[in-house]
Amino acid sequence: MRLLEYQGKELFARAGIPAPKGKVAASVEEAVAIMRANPAPSVVKAQVLIGGRGKAGGIKFCSDDRDVVEPAKAILGMRIANAQDPTGEVVKRVWIEQRMDIAKELYLSITVDRASKRPIIMASAMGGMDVEEVAEKHPEAIAKYRVDPSVGYWPFIGRRLAREANLPKEVTNEFASIVGKLYALFFDVGALLVEINPLAVTKDGKLVASDSKVDLDDNAMFRHQELAAWKPDVERDPLKERAIAAGLGENNYVQLDGDVGIIGNGAGLVMGTLDAVKAAGGQPANFLDIGGGAKADVMREAVNIVTSNPKVRSLFINIFGGITRGDEVAKGLVEALEGGGWDRRKLVIRLTGTNEKEGREVLRANNIEAVETMNEGAKHAVAIAQK
Amino acid sequence: MSIFLNERSKVIVQGITGREGLYHANRMRAYGTALVGGVTPGKGGQTVEGFAVFDGVGEARAKTGANVSVIFVPPPFAADAILEAADAGVDLVICITEGIPVHDMLKVMAAVPSTTRVIGPNCPGIVTPGVALAGIMPGHVFSNGRVGLISRSGTLTYEIVDQLTRAGIGQSTCVGIGGDPIIGTVFVDCLVAFEKDDATEAVVLVGEIGGTDEEDAAQLVAEKKFTKPLVTFIGGRSAPKGKRMGHAGAIITGSMGTPESKVAAFQKIGAPVADSPADIPGLVARVMKQPAKV
Repeated sequence: MRLLEYQGKELFARAGIPAPKGKVAASVEEAVAIMRANPAPSVVKAQVLIGGRGKAGGIKFCSDDRDVVEPAKAILGMRIANAQDPTGEVVKRVWIEQRMDIAKELYLSITVDRASKRPIIMASAMGGMDVEEVAEKHPEAIAKYRVDPSVGYWPFIGRRLAREANLPKEVTNEFASIVGKLYALFFDVGALLVEINPLAVTKDGKLVASDSKVDLDDNAMFRHQELAAWKPDVERDPLKERAIAAGLGENNYVQLDGDVGIIGNGAGLVMGTLDAVKAAGGQPANFLDIGGGAKADVMREAVNIVTSNPKVRSLFINIFGGITRGDEVAKGLVEALEGGGWDRRKLVIRLTGTNEKEGREVLRANNIEAVETMNEGAKHAVAIAQK
Repeated sequence: MSIFLNERSKVIVQGITGREGLYHANRMRAYGTALVGGVTPGKGGQTVEGFAVFDGVGEARAKTGANVSVIFVPPPFAADAILEAADAGVDLVICITEGIPVHDMLKVMAAVPSTTRVIGPNCPGIVTPGVALAGIMPGHVFSNGRVGLISRSGTLTYEIVDQLTRAGIGQSTCVGIGGDPIIGTVFVDCLVAFEKDDATEAVVLVGEIGGTDEEDAAQLVAEKKFTKPLVTFIGGRSAPKGKRMGHAGAIITGSMGTPESKVAAFQKIGAPVADSPADIPGLVARVMKQPAKV
């Protein structure tokens, strides 16, 4: 669960990490009230999860309750999109914070390193820009330290990172202290990522978190009931919302551009199915992974979700049962078809693995014949879509 | 022989009284696995469907000689179950559970001794065809033979094994290593084991986009620490870009982790990369220099 900037800064404040003071506004009136109460040079920032808000015009400046009107009007309600997510996100809130006199921008993050099975701290003197670009063009500019979680964070780690990343000498000790606070926060909230970019060095030599990026582990939310209520109400693809409402994860449904609807079990198999549909000359309309052990109700809703995309001309269901049982899948499919709305002639199903015999019997009783292999199914589904 | 799972493996199921645990315990037993019992704290002393239930792994191990545990307990309790199995001295712990907090696994992997191998979590388990099945894989697709298989995906593994079997290519051991950010056993560990295994002539590696497990495996081959024929497949090459966790996840490795990087790494060491799962049997037959019934 990704948090918005202002939510991350609330967590920073609790952890004792310095950040500019600010308030959140959902309307122009609220923005005006905030500036009236505290007229000072300020920044108005769109609160969205999508990247690239600065380039899109989602960050503007003001200094009192009169000149906040234009920026607030312009940003609230604007749609911010980028190359990866052309649909984008509508801005529902702005964060209005004190403007800082910034001398230099640094980078600091903590995430999980798959290779070492440890938390990894990364620091760079090249903050305030696209980190991925820095990593690609100047990998030497990013200092890394993999922490032994049983030993935890000690200040020498921060000092070493500061030296290796060539951070300004005068902020070394403060930097080491902030890294320690961020490391504690990382564990307290069960985060997958905590990132401060930029970590600003002000003209008077202080370190301040100018932005926040916090990604919490959905699997750990049962331990953080308070944070679970922080789920940002971001306007998203309604079909993705339905998939989440059906109990699927954040990334189980992804809308694509083509016309062959796809449902499968397991991310690897669904990705393999997309590959097979493309190899057969077709274009997938979506990625939908019903996950492991899906029951009939999830399958029914999956069919309803995919077929409510008006671009879908054929539906390919590819199930290889392990923990998922063929009879449950078949029942869900039949229930969805009985609900109407999808022509079974535009359906191709491949069903094998656990309880495939029982599943095929359910299908056969409803005049649906399953195909044998993934490639056969992909070809068939592409042919229907292109008819 | 085989890797990790063999004739001497005695298997228990942690979470055996749960719906999934019991269901799959029955399937493992039906496959021929030496399934010697199960553990559910507080339910020791019962017998469910012929399986002896114990309160703890230590007790189960003492009474049955179990050396392998397959974990089906719910996510909030799964890290505890892995640590209990390791503490009891189990050699091989296979964690099927999906949805364990990543921070739990950070702590588990820092604590588990090198004498206990953890596979998973969020994995389908391991099969040595004709000998034992520990996990949730559908047993009927496997056939006994001389090709090892390692995979980050569950269902895609079944798909590829099914195609190998249909082509007359049997398997020595198949390992699903799991898809979580922190897992106990990675490709490199499996390749090192397959290198030493006389029963394995060639290996199929089924990778995925993200992470650097595939690049690390290619590096192992470049260092001549794995010398048997290797055939690879990278799932998700047509998947849209940008499906990843924030920026920091990607910048650990710079440009590594992309499908292009993985394909290039394998091409550089001369390991064929299949374009589709259907091409894998043919490539395996070619590297093993034996005809396949494709």
